[in-house]
Amino acid sequence: MTVWTYRGWLLPLVLLGAAELSIRISGIESLGIALPSDVGRALVQIAGDGTAFIHTWETLAAMLLGLLIGGSVGICLGIFLGLSRLASWTSSLAIELFRPIPPVAIIPIALLIYGFGVRMEAAIIAFTAFWPMLLLTQSAVESVDRQLIEVARVLQLSRLKSVTSIILPAILPRVLTALRLTVGIAFIVAITTEIAVNPLGLGHAMMLAQMELRPSFMYAYVVWLAVLGWVINTGLLLLQKRMFGAMRIEVRR
Amino acid sequence: MTTSNMPAISFDRVSLSIANRKIIDDVSFEVSKGEFVCVVGPSGCGKTTLLRMVIGLAQPNDGEVRRFGQPVTGPVRDVAVVFQDYGRALLPWRTAAGNVALALEAAGTPKAERADTIASLLEKVGLRGHGDKYPGQLSGGMQQRVQIARCLAQQPGILLMDEPFGALDAMTRQTLQDEIAEIVAGTGTTVMFVTHDIDEAIYLGDRVVQLDANPGRVAEISDVSLARPRDQISSREAPEFLRLRHVLFAHIERSAHP
Repeated sequence: MTVWTYRGWLLPLVLLGAAELSIRISGIESLGIALPSDVGRALVQIAGDGTAFIHTWETLAAMLLGLLIGGSVGICLGIFLGLSRLASWTSSLAIELFRPIPPVAIIPIALLIYGFGVRMEAAIIAFTAFWPMLLLTQSAVESVDRQLIEVARVLQLSRLKSVTSIILPAILPRVLTALRLTVGIAFIVAITTEIAVNPLGLGHAMMLAQMELRPSFMYAYVVWLAVLGWVINTGLLLLQKRMFGAMRIEVRR
Repeated sequence: MTTSNMPAISFDRVSLSIANRKIIDDVSFEVSKGEFVCVVGPSGCGKTTLLRMVIGLAQPNDGEVRRFGQPVTGPVRDVAVVFQDYGRALLPWRTAAGNVALALEAAGTPKAERADTIASLLEKVGLRGHGDKYPGQLSGGMQQRVQIARCLAQQPGILLMDEPFGALDAMTRQTLQDEIAEIVAGTGTTVMFVTHDIDEAIYLGDRVVQLDANPGRVAEISDVSLARPRDQISSREAPEFLRLRHVLFAHIERSAHP
């Protein structure tokens, strides 16, 4: 490895340096901006005293709970709709009517039902995750190779057995991709909910910094969110590659 | 009449139209128990559709398809199918042994007995020691052998083969022809083998049913009186082989230039 490996960092560092210099030279004072060096110090502080990690855990817990509930219900129902043409016909209008509701429009309703807290946020994330997981799972089931379905019929596999032995393994790669996309959306909705109403997590921490008129901490959380988003996505990507990277060599050329 | 005297497969005045287009027109023939019958014809003659009717995946508009005297209503475990596209018929996430196991799992074979059965089936199709490989790690010929082993695991009374060697290279194809002939010889298994290759049909069949296309009709049914076991060199040079080859090709010539 040489210095050349890190050439991608050059532009961001130059931009940060330029920002630092121009703010210092111009002597601008505004609550909307902060010196990159102050942001760096704030970042060290929230990471050092553990507050950032506590808030991260709050956000992630709500996301996990919501994804678990909305995702698993979505996957199960998606499999069912993918298998049953009658069910998919019957439900298609209802799905098209409910699906366009923006997840954040659920915030007032969830607030009335659950009050502030993890449960309310998890409910909103569950609603968010439900639709993409439902639709993407359904289409994954519908696109399972017909030949495999015929193999199941010719071998006289039971209904349950053909789902567990053929359908589920066949849709797994597409469901995992769907999950990765859904986690990205859930992250946005979680932060939005926390900024808008819910007094917990990273979004709320940002709002506190804003209300306390401490822009450097506000920006520090923005940087933290960017890193967290990157870590989540890269982590899921690696997991997916690990599971199927091995298989793809072994599976089909 | 007892079931054992019934033909294993019978097509009784079978017709099929899709969207007012006749695909199959008044096809009648029978396959006796233990017989190896090859159905040969150009693409579009409905030979695969006939095979699907025996499985019960397609139904005729007119006439009746029967297995051992009983009208076909749907797939049964006694009928095994080797599909042409082995790449799509095997489960890519299961090993060769796992793919064979699927048939045993479907039949409810106790777990303890499976391993031995799988090992002997893989041995039979020449895949000893390849049981733990995934389809993607096997050549086309070997993948097709896995599919054959899975069919044998069903212990079928009727084995249906849909252009099983069509996608393989010539050498592999000949090897597999000899292997399948050897495997079914003396087991009493009835085979209906669909192909577009006239030489292959004569080489493998006890009888060859030749179909015309548009719509699919029986053109000719020929007995193949070549001794078994057959040999890739001598059988293909036998006067009987050449005579049949002449008859079948002449028919194609006639129908192409009437």
